[in-house]
Amino acid sequence: MRASKIFGAGALLLSLTLFAAACGDDSGSSSATTAGGAASSGGGGEAGAAKCSGLAIGFFGALTGDSANLGVNIEQGAELAVDQFNKANPDCQVAVKKFDSQGSPDQAPQLAKQAIDDKSVVGIVGPAFSGESKVADPLFNEAGLGLITPSATNPGLADNGWKVFHRALGNDASQGPGAATYIDTTLKAQKVFVIDDASEYGKGLADQVSNQLGSKVVGTDTIDPTATDFSATVTKVKDASPDAVFFGGYYAAAGLLSKQLRDAGVTATLVFGDGVLDPGYIEAAGDAAEGAIITCPCAPVDKIAGGADFQKAYNDQFKADAGTYSAEAYDAANFFLAGIASGAQDRESLNTYISTQSYVGITKTLKFDEKGEVSDVAIYASTVKDGKIVSVGLIQ
Amino acid sequence: MLATSFVHPDWGLLHDQFWALTVGGLTAGSIYALVALGYTMVYGVLRLINFANSEIFMIGTFGALFATKWLGIAPGADAIHTGFYLVLIMGVCLIVAMAFSGTAAVALERVAYRPLRKRGATRLAALISAIGASLAIQEFVAFRRGRNFEAFPRVANRDVLFTFFGAEIRTDQVFVIVGALVMMVLLDQFVNRTRLGRGIRAVAQDSETATLMGVNIDRVVMLTFLLGGIMAGSAGLLFVFFFEVTKYNIGFIIGIKAFTAAVLGGIGNLRGALLGGLVLGLIENYGSALWGTQWKDPIAFLVLVLVLMVRPTGLLGEALGKARA
Repeated sequence: MRASKIFGAGALLLSLTLFAAACGDDSGSSSATTAGGAASSGGGGEAGAAKCSGLAIGFFGALTGDSANLGVNIEQGAELAVDQFNKANPDCQVAVKKFDSQGSPDQAPQLAKQAIDDKSVVGIVGPAFSGESKVADPLFNEAGLGLITPSATNPGLADNGWKVFHRALGNDASQGPGAATYIDTTLKAQKVFVIDDASEYGKGLADQVSNQLGSKVVGTDTIDPTATDFSATVTKVKDASPDAVFFGGYYAAAGLLSKQLRDAGVTATLVFGDGVLDPGYIEAAGDAAEGAIITCPCAPVDKIAGGADFQKAYNDQFKADAGTYSAEAYDAANFFLAGIASGAQDRESLNTYISTQSYVGITKTLKFDEKGEVSDVAIYASTVKDGKIVSVGLIQ
Repeated sequence: MLATSFVHPDWGLLHDQFWALTVGGLTAGSIYALVALGYTMVYGVLRLINFANSEIFMIGTFGALFATKWLGIAPGADAIHTGFYLVLIMGVCLIVAMAFSGTAAVALERVAYRPLRKRGATRLAALISAIGASLAIQEFVAFRRGRNFEAFPRVANRDVLFTFFGAEIRTDQVFVIVGALVMMVLLDQFVNRTRLGRGIRAVAQDSETATLMGVNIDRVVMLTFLLGGIMAGSAGLLFVFFFEVTKYNIGFIIGIKAFTAAVLGGIGNLRGALLGGLVLGLIENYGSALWGTQWKDPIAFLVLVLVLMVRPTGLLGEALGKARA
């Protein structure tokens, strides 16, 4: 009799605990930040009269891992926008929830489920990379959770008919040809060697470049971005003696590859895409980075109207310079916040808001077409000079 | 692109760049070989795969990096030295790297393996402990140093030393290959000709009888780990010297390759580790040239499988403990 009473009480306690855990907030790997940093009252938000409660914008991307710099830039850009909004709208405090995918498509599905299960998240800034987008976006689409990616550039993503997919920048179908045009007309290269890192983004971009350059491509190779020794690839490049080498991939592998190419005596101009546009490239490549060309569908922050204010606010809050795609993420987050301020405070209405309305951001006007792409697209080039990345200007 | 490259191997490229590919393969293979020694020795003595050997190697790279910081050498043009100063700098970095790795290896043995050994735990338990130690060390370093690459200064000019049938062979490549060979010869001599080395071979052959013969098992095990650590430390120095970067997880890939090399050459066989490392480096490079670098790993592992099918104990077969004639 006593044993069964204890058993019964234990079972009751266990089920209560399970019930509480299931109905409680699923925080997982996310953390909430609310208004805290010093911020100017630029950007987002209407007159400060917005009312809301319990809402959050999610960031989905690499906060740790080999390509973490790119994710951190985006997360901070979005966070800045949210903090400025919260300061301007005391009755509507929006939280930022972070979902760290490490840039890997493997982690993305269960992380996406965490974001979906967190009912306070009404919009996602991200996923940052194309590989993780490919696996996470279908889940977001099923859940009706709107997303604006400030950086995933693989063109194929927009062709899936996902009604939640929106892209705040030009994709590789413009970046690839842009890079190819630069190699063709500005560098006047006759022989080009194209390398990719087998990632959704890198391979996609390299293929775009190869397709446009056609017969000028004298060789291709695919590297493993987690490896450190690229001597076989370097030997191949040396054998082909190209005028230019294009690498589709991220900054860590690009740095090592550049170093090894230069050490082997390859004098070709090195051209990269936006995944390399980060000081992490220069750290990994050292002197070998000098003279490299890096394209990006992102506007250089110091050249756009409102960029100086944004840079200053970013500096004040994060004690670092705004990085690649920080400004695009800032615009993306502000678009969501504009929707929240106008009353679209659940996932469906917010997704409808961003799908139909437009927002004038600091990088461009965000108006998405039926596939989720923007029309205001421009490809910029930067180069590495004296160990620093400097903007060269517009390509197309 | 993938299908055509697999069906039509690029023999022309292999032919034209054969010696360049060979030198590249030997350079990478030398580093695999040094790290493989740690795996093969610990296996020979304890029948344990020390998965954390990759992190011992990584700690060695950081040791060499710290040595340059203590010496006040920062990445940049002033870092380049020649002659006596260069030898001095490399010597200091080598000793510090070996010290870091050796100490880490001994500490690892004390913390992760000895308690299990004393309790007579199964080998599976030791294996799990090895994996856990590997992850713990990685994450600790990531916590302390971050997850980005850290640059190692270029301390020596990379001049072309000589040309061999069209392949330019640089000073740094020669340094890595010769340096690794020297370390391996030293280890081989130590294990085969000294009293302590005899103790290692005795325990590898039959640990109970060795105890009866007066060999202190605990000391031999510690010595084995220490030697493996020293080899990994020297590999660490060669690695940062050649690749000029390090970070918390570079041990991972190198570790897998080194372990593969150890198995390929004959696990438990020191000379097998050397052969396995060099052969693996060469196969990777030749395979990359023929079929494209995306096939590098599948080809390397395919060769491993084929070798093991024909010779299950690896290329050189004999274990550490086999009595020599």
